[in-house]
Parts: sequence; structure tokens; C-alpha cells
Amino acid sequence: MKETNNNSIYGVVAEFPDGESLLAAAHRVREAGYTATDAFSPIPVHGLTEALGIKPSKLAGLVLLGGIAGAFGGLGLQYAVSVEFYPHIVSGRPLFSWPSFVPVIFEATVLIAAFAAVFGMFILNRLPEPYHPVFNTPNFQKASTDGFFLSIEARDPKYDASAVRALLEKAGAVAVTEVGKHPDDPE
Amino acid sequence: MAHNPPGPEQGFVEVETVLDERHSMESVTDKISKIPLTPTLPRPILAVGMLALLLLGGLLPSVVILLVEGTGVWGINQPVGWGFAIINFVWWIGIGHAGTLISAILLLLRQEWRTSINRFAETMTIFAVTCAGLFPALHIGRPWLAYWLFPYPNVMEMWPQFRSPLIWDVVAVSTYATVSILFWFTGLIPDLATLRDRAKNKFVKIGYGIASMGWRGSARHWQRYEIAYLLLAGLSTPLVVSVHSIVGLDFAVSVIPGWHVTIFPPYFVAGAIFSGFAMVLTLSIPLRALFGWKDMITLNHLNNISKVMLATCLMVLYGYGMEIFFAWYSASEYEGYMKFNRMYGPYWWSYWSLILCNGVIPQLLWFKKVRTSPVILFFLSIVINIGMWLERFVIVITSLHRDFLPSSWGMYYPTKYDWGLYLGTIGLFLFLMVGAIKVLPMISQFEVRELLHKKQRKH
Repeated sequence: MKETNNNSIYGVVAEFPDGESLLAAAHRVREAGYTATDAFSPIPVHGLTEALGIKPSKLAGLVLLGGIAGAFGGLGLQYAVSVEFYPHIVSGRPLFSWPSFVPVIFEATVLIAAFAAVFGMFILNRLPEPYHPVFNTPNFQKASTDGFFLSIEARDPKYDASAVRALLEKAGAVAVTEVGKHPDDPE
Repeated sequence: MAHNPPGPEQGFVEVETVLDERHSMESVTDKISKIPLTPTLPRPILAVGMLALLLLGGLLPSVVILLVEGTGVWGINQPVGWGFAIINFVWWIGIGHAGTLISAILLLLRQEWRTSINRFAETMTIFAVTCAGLFPALHIGRPWLAYWLFPYPNVMEMWPQFRSPLIWDVVAVSTYATVSILFWFTGLIPDLATLRDRAKNKFVKIGYGIASMGWRGSARHWQRYEIAYLLLAGLSTPLVVSVHSIVGLDFAVSVIPGWHVTIFPPYFVAGAIFSGFAMVLTLSIPLRALFGWKDMITLNHLNNISKVMLATCLMVLYGYGMEIFFAWYSASEYEGYMKFNRMYGPYWWSYWSLILCNGVIPQLLWFKKVRTSPVILFFLSIVINIGMWLERFVIVITSLHRDFLPSSWGMYYPTKYDWGLYLGTIGLFLFLMVGAIKVLPMISQFEVRELLHKKQRKH
């Protein structure tokens, strides 16, 4: 099944009966040398990212940076307001009375770190992305209930539809489909 | 297609487990997603919605007349300048805290029983904070100028005074509201994708499709998602403690007898968790009965919630005891009189009802029979909610109405506008909850599936 119009093909998507067989198949696919792969599951399957060779995420570092930025931002804001913009003595404390600034520094740290966590996750995951070719897979709506899917994309240098299909079937897939980039592309 | 497991008589002991393991991933998902995808709601819930609308009808005139006439329509005056508004603010914020505790702290502690109650507890948090936020906003008299509380360059060249707990409170509560919404929405994304995939109606499908942002359960997405979720839990945990500590400091930093105690921040946090868990029970007991969720919110859950309530009840009691000890040990006649006035002054009834509701009646929770009896727990939770409201009444009113000089003593009587606004926020809360039950999955589907997977692997 060599494709002539390779540009309209997203890749081959296989369905597996459960998380364990998906994990096992992910190991085999990686051993066979495929790199443009992804897996889709209704629950996070532990060990799947390692099995597919997905790099650890930078998100945690981003959140740390957000927290540090929030802390210094909170301190800087209060310093600027209390010492520079509007200096006045309150209950005999010095203008830069840092202990009374701690609560706001803490809140600013949490706020900016939380923004970094959520929006960092969205940006790194490229969400929102309402349309994705993998949604053209038959039965893919099961991926949010109890379906486990593995994809090998056509942009993979080793991609060859029939070889990929054979590999996935051998790995225990219950259904293997070649999926187009657009909903009306032929399978 | 999917079928529910057989009845409880066949080998499912509710008290011992947090989830009926005879479920499959499909059957739990079906059971939870069925509710938002069905066009109607059960009658009792619709009845609650109607009652909520009725109370909301009282909220409108209470707000409009307040804005037209000014805060003089409330019962506040000298010496009691903080009346119902601050009582209700603290009460609502406290109720919200259980949601964050369940979703964040119990997640970090790896408590399995959090999984099926975290979603509606978080929803409860957001709506409780919404109600709480109304009170200070209206109390400032001109809510359209509420933005003056935030630091921004303006032509008046005025800036907030960051050494005041009241400004800390503005920052803490707005941060808390923001982070709670982020946490709640992050948790909802995979579940919204499930609803998108299951919706039959085209418009409903598009709606959930937009809300779920195109979530497809990719392994790369899950990896970052789990990091974000865990870090948000880690960030929310100290946040929730800080918020009610700062609310406690609103009082404790002042010099009024009855407020001038260092125990306030931790004692406020314990009280918040106490009342919040009571509200979780008030909501979960009818919901589990109406939707047949007894296989996901089991007696084990109720038992665990009750134990947390018992522990926080004892902490709160310790706080009441310490207040008496401080009054005696400080040898300050004002502190001593304040305590005497609370117990035997004109508001004696509020103090003793508080002790009855928060101290005496919850001792029933020592008995396992009570902790696993939904009906008794439901009434107990209402008693505790009333008790925690009375606690804030005692702290605010009895401390303010008689301070140092007898010449500035006075009484506080709430007006119909105070009551209208208070009952109105209860209506708002219930109405928002009914709305959320209609459109959102009130049990976290992906987390229940994950827990089910984990439990079934163990055998």
C-alpha cells in the first residue's frame, strides 16, 4: 500500500485493548527505530513517555522561574510603592519594613508560579488545538473513555505504511488504520 | 453497552472501599457523563434550583437599595462597624477551603478517597469564594471603585498601604480565587474532552469541544499535564493556609479585646476546614443518593470526612479554650471583661449556641455508627455550618460592641437588608451549584478511571 499522495496522510494509528499492551507496543515501536510517534490514552499511562523516548518536560523549570519572578515582582512592587511613590510612616516602622511585605510576596510567588504552570502547560502542549488529524481515526472518541491508541506519523523517516501496519499488528493492536490529514481524505 | 455493576448485596462493602472495583472504565465514565449530557435534572435538584431563584430574588433588592441608599441600610454603626458583611465573608471563605484541601493537600498525601469528591468540592470552593467576594465589595459602599484597592498608577497619586492585613487580604483572596479557578479548569480539561466525544447534539459537542481546547490524551500532553497538576497542588497547599491565616490577621493585628490574640491564624484555618468539610457533606450526601453514586462516594468517604471534621472540631475547641486562657493569663481587665461579656452579656445566647453546635454536638462523631450514617451526618453538617457562622458572629459582634470605654458601648441589630443579602448569597451559591451539576461532570472522570485502573492492577 505505497502511497503516491503521501502529503495527505497523517500516519498509521493503532488501537490497543489496554494500557499494558499499549506500553509494550510503544517499546517495540521505539526499538524498531520510529521517532515520530505518539500515544493517546484516557488516563496517564506511567512509563509511556520513557517508552516512546519523549524527553522530560521543561515545565517544572518554567514554574520555578515564574515563582522567582513573582517573589521579586511582589517585593519590588511593595518597595517601590512604600519607599518611592508614596512614602509615609505607619506605626513607627521604617519605610522599607520588609517583614510586613512577606504575605504579599508569598501571594505573588504563588500567583505567578500558578500562571506559569497552567499557561506554560497550554503553550508547550500547543493547546487550544481544536482540530488534529488523529481525530479522524475510527473509534477515536474512545480515547477519552477506555481506548488506547498509538500513532506513527508519515513524516517519520522510516515510515512505510505496510511495514508499520505489520509491526503494530504483531504488537497486539486490535485495529490499525491509515489516517488522512483531513476528514474527507480516503483511508 | 456499558452496564452498572450489580447491587450492593453482591459483594460490595461500602464501608471498606472508596470505589466499587467491579466497574469498568467505560461504566464509570458512562455513569458520570450521563448527568450533564441528559437534558433534564432530577426533580429534587430542580426544586433546589427554584428555591435558589427565590433567594436570588431577595438578593437583587438588597443590593440595589444598598447601592442607592448606602451602607446605612445595614445594621452597622458605631461601635459595631463590621457586621454581617464580614461575618458572611469569613464564613463563605472558610467553606471554600475544604475544596482546596481535598483537591490539593489530599492529592499530595496520596489519599485515594479524595478522587471522587474533589471535583464538586473544588466547584463549591469557587462559588463560595464568589459569594464571599460580594461582601467586602459591597461593604466599601461604592463597589465600582473597588479597583482602588489594587496598586496602579493614578492621577490621585495614591497607593495601597502594604503594611495592613486588609491589603494582604485583598491580594490573598484574589490570588486564591484565581488559582482555584486555574486548578479547577485544569482538572476539567480531560473530562470536557470526554463529554465532547460523547455528546450527541451538535451544539453541545461544539461547546464542550471549545471548552476542552482540543484535548486528545496525547502522551506528551499527559506528561506536562501531570506536572502542572501536581505543581498546582503543591502551590495551593500553602496558599490555602495563608489565605485564612491572613483573614485571621485582619482581626488579630488590631488592639480590640477579643481580637488581640496570636492564636487567630491557625484557629481560623482549622475552623475553615471544619466548616468546609461540613459543607462537602451537606452537598455530597443528597447528591450520592440522587444520582446513585454510592459506588463512588462510599460510606468510607463519609467516615473519612467525619474524621477530619472531628479533628478540626477539637482544634477549634482548643482555640476557644485558649481564648479563655489568654483572657485570664494576660491579667488584662478588658480581655477578662470581653470573655465574661461573651458568656453572660447581651449576646450570651450566641456564645452558648456556638459551643453547643461546634463543641458538644460534633462529639457524636466519635461513634462509627454516626460517621457511617448519611442521615445523621447530613443534619450534623448543617448544625456545624450554623455553628461556624455563630463563631464569626461571636468574634465580630461581641468583640466590637463593648470595647474599652462604656461610653462607646452599643448594640448591633441586623436589618432586613443584611438578611436579604446573606440569604441571597446562599441562593446564588445553590443556583451556581445546580448549574454546574447540569453542565459539568461533578466527579472527576479521568481520576476515577485512573484509580480504578490502579486498584484492579493490584489483584
